[in-house]
Amino acid sequence: MHMADALISPAVGGAMWAASAGLIGYCSKKVKQDLDDRKIPLMGVVGAFIFAAQMINFTIPGTGSSGHLGGGMILAILLGPYAAFLTMASVLTVQALFFADGGLLALGCNIFNLGFFPCFVAYPLIYKKAVGRNPGEARLFTGAIISAVVGLQLGAFSVVLQTVLSGISELPFVTFVLLMQPIHLAIGIVEGLATTAVVIFVGRARPEIITAAAESAHIGRVSIKKVIVGLLAATILTGGALSWFASSYPDGLEWAMSKTSGSDELASSQKGLHTSLAHIQEKTAFLPDYGFKAEEIETTTEIRKSWPAVDAGTTVSGLVGGTVTLLLAGLIGYTLKRRKQKLKTQPVDASDV
Amino acid sequence: MAKIDKNFLDIGYTDHLSRQLTPIHQLDPRAKLVTTLVFITTVVSFGKYEISALVPFFIYPVVLAAMGNLPPAYLLKKILLVSPFALLIGIFNPLIDRDILINLGDIRIAGGWVSFTSILIRFILTVGAALVLIAVTGFNAVCMALQKLGVPKVFVVQLMFLHRYMFVLVEEASRMVRARSLRSLGNGGAGIKTYGPLVGHLLLRTMDRAQRIHLAMCCRGFDGQIRIMKPLKIRPIEIGFIFGWSALFIFMRFFNIPLLMGNTITEFLR
Amino acid sequence: MSHHIIEAQDLHYSYPDGTHVIKGVSFRITHGESVAIVGANGAGKSTLLLHLNGYLRPTQGTLRIGDYPLTKRNLKSVRRTVGMVFQEPDDQLFMPTVFDDVAFGPLNLGLPLTEVEERVINALETVGMPHLRDKPPYKLSGGEKRSAAIAAVLSMSPDILVMDEPTSDLDPRARRRLIELLKTFEHTKIIATHDLDMAVDICERTIVIYEGRITADGSTLELLQDETLLERSGLEKPLGMQSCPVCESNEKKVIKDGLHSTGRRR
Repeated sequence: MHMADALISPAVGGAMWAASAGLIGYCSKKVKQDLDDRKIPLMGVVGAFIFAAQMINFTIPGTGSSGHLGGGMILAILLGPYAAFLTMASVLTVQALFFADGGLLALGCNIFNLGFFPCFVAYPLIYKKAVGRNPGEARLFTGAIISAVVGLQLGAFSVVLQTVLSGISELPFVTFVLLMQPIHLAIGIVEGLATTAVVIFVGRARPEIITAAAESAHIGRVSIKKVIVGLLAATILTGGALSWFASSYPDGLEWAMSKTSGSDELASSQKGLHTSLAHIQEKTAFLPDYGFKAEEIETTTEIRKSWPAVDAGTTVSGLVGGTVTLLLAGLIGYTLKRRKQKLKTQPVDASDV
Repeated sequence: MAKIDKNFLDIGYTDHLSRQLTPIHQLDPRAKLVTTLVFITTVVSFGKYEISALVPFFIYPVVLAAMGNLPPAYLLKKILLVSPFALLIGIFNPLIDRDILINLGDIRIAGGWVSFTSILIRFILTVGAALVLIAVTGFNAVCMALQKLGVPKVFVVQLMFLHRYMFVLVEEASRMVRARSLRSLGNGGAGIKTYGPLVGHLLLRTMDRAQRIHLAMCCRGFDGQIRIMKPLKIRPIEIGFIFGWSALFIFMRFFNIPLLMGNTITEFLR
Repeated sequence: MSHHIIEAQDLHYSYPDGTHVIKGVSFRITHGESVAIVGANGAGKSTLLLHLNGYLRPTQGTLRIGDYPLTKRNLKSVRRTVGMVFQEPDDQLFMPTVFDDVAFGPLNLGLPLTEVEERVINALETVGMPHLRDKPPYKLSGGEKRSAAIAAVLSMSPDILVMDEPTSDLDPRARRRLIELLKTFEHTKIIATHDLDMAVDICERTIVIYEGRITADGSTLELLQDETLLERSGLEKPLGMQSCPVCESNEKKVIKDGLHSTGRRR
């Protein structure tokens, strides 16, 4: 359920980036205050463990499918919320960069959805309450499953919100919720099972690891209120600022407006007789409108006219132009490559096999 | 399993590509990181029915890939392999948005298909740009750039640790999985009962390893600070790179080049 | 030069869970010596080594590195004096590239950047891998990893080199190359190992440990021929000192006075 660049708007992506960046800064500060420099290699290596563990599957009885460890919950149990959040964030960063899982702009969303909820909501409010200081196996089991499920449910809900707010997908809110939540209930249970299986094993083999993590009260206690207030502020500020910017570029919004105001008018609007010159004029003319006189009524009609890909004429032009541009881009790439090969620049690092 | 092994060989290959010495590789990583972010933000800022204006944006990944000597087939394959969440969600658009948006002679195309195509293009552009970035920059250089751009050091350092030990642990994990599948003979063996101890062992070994690494660090004077010697320098060429591309992106954001070109061509034909 | 001595007096160590691993160990190693610490698995070799750079603190007894007893205060200078090469090079090469890794120690010493670079290059040249400086560690072979780990320690210019199983996991040629390299070092060397043949090659002195106690301390050549001692300590005579079954059956020749002449000793 990695959120993807292709589905989000800059406002949502930017807001979530701000929120996640804020959290990373806050957690880094906390981890540094902790003064336990053993944590530095530990976090990185356990992050690598999450990667490796995600390759190990187990079969889910009766379904024929298989599941694996997700990450957020077990990290929180092992490292405490702050270090766990940072570790999860770096796992997601590596996934975004190497597997292009999600993407760079959506990274903020993903860190928030998969890091914040397990580490700062499910772990302190559910797991810690359920398990307490002397983790028995039954309590551990319940705590891990419920918190994994809740963490993922919140994360999935957050994906829905982000997608709907971005407005790229057409899925209506309710349908999307009904689609996402049950799927993630199943995923949550599987993740909870995997987490418990591992935590119980570790608890038996080396109980001190689990108890130490449970007892490290001062890094385990999270002032949820502070975190949430700060986050809300950051999110609203950036989100607000960005959507103000975005709305001064009327594309998406205008389109929705014109659609409701009467689409037949649009469809019947004149054949594509705009010459390219007129187009350029129109473009340059209406460029300043974006920021300054968006409220004028004329602009809306003008925008409607210039909205690309509406009537057959512009569509044909768009298709022709698009194809030509694509070919051009390919050609540029090809020539650059050919020229390089001719020049036979530096070979690929000679020492590499 | 074999697929995952391959996936990691792929990472190794990406790493290998990132150690070339083309002019693009030699640019300061900050320039490439910032420019790529501007690129992605511009791409996703288009309205949801936009198609033609997005096309010129292919120029950025294509030029970088060509100058950075990246094999196009490899990039395409990686883009196709990527997790398909965007497409899964995007495919609902044609089902829901059935209003006719385009009349192309007798062919009527629903808005949903247009927006779905737009999602596809965004997807290829953003994913492609991220992959190209890492392949012409290298993970550790990206980390250095992050640090220089103000990301907390604690975070950056453990990103580097993650990357370093990913290779070690994945190998360890794949050995364990191989051993499990060799002895589970097709049935059982892969259930949750063996899963717990298997992954648990890996985790314990990982934590022991972390302790040994910490020890090795202490032995060489580690005091909680990681120091790295890597002079990064922003030269005029980096400034030019950032502003040149950004200007182009903004230009392409406001002027639908394919449409203008198409208009000219169709006018001319008429 | 007196500051190179290492002296342990009645050293005891118990792990937090109560396992008593080192049970009264005393020895004195002086400048320029090469000492092998041999013993079966679990004898306490690695635990003992971890004391030498202050990572573990003895539960009883004292340890002197140089002229002073090891305390928390002089930990930093001790760690500069004692360079430690671990058994698993992957644990030691934690930085992104070989260069960064070798530079890690000197940078922590707070040296000026030009000197850091100089030291890194020197260290890499010593172990014969300057061409691999920009490689990430996971791309190195086992032997290269070991050499890189040694370079990472050499760059701190330690006086004493402590190594844990330096030849494990190496193929015969890499092992031979490593032994030749170690022979060229003039540092005081303390090497914990199962590879008794290497001990014969490099170390004139051997300390045998069995279940946390020293069972013998003396000339390598003598100790490693003492079959009853080795038997008692859970060890076996080094291959190089064993009579060769093939030659034996052919010529009925039993070598009594030490080394089988395989041309290994120079």
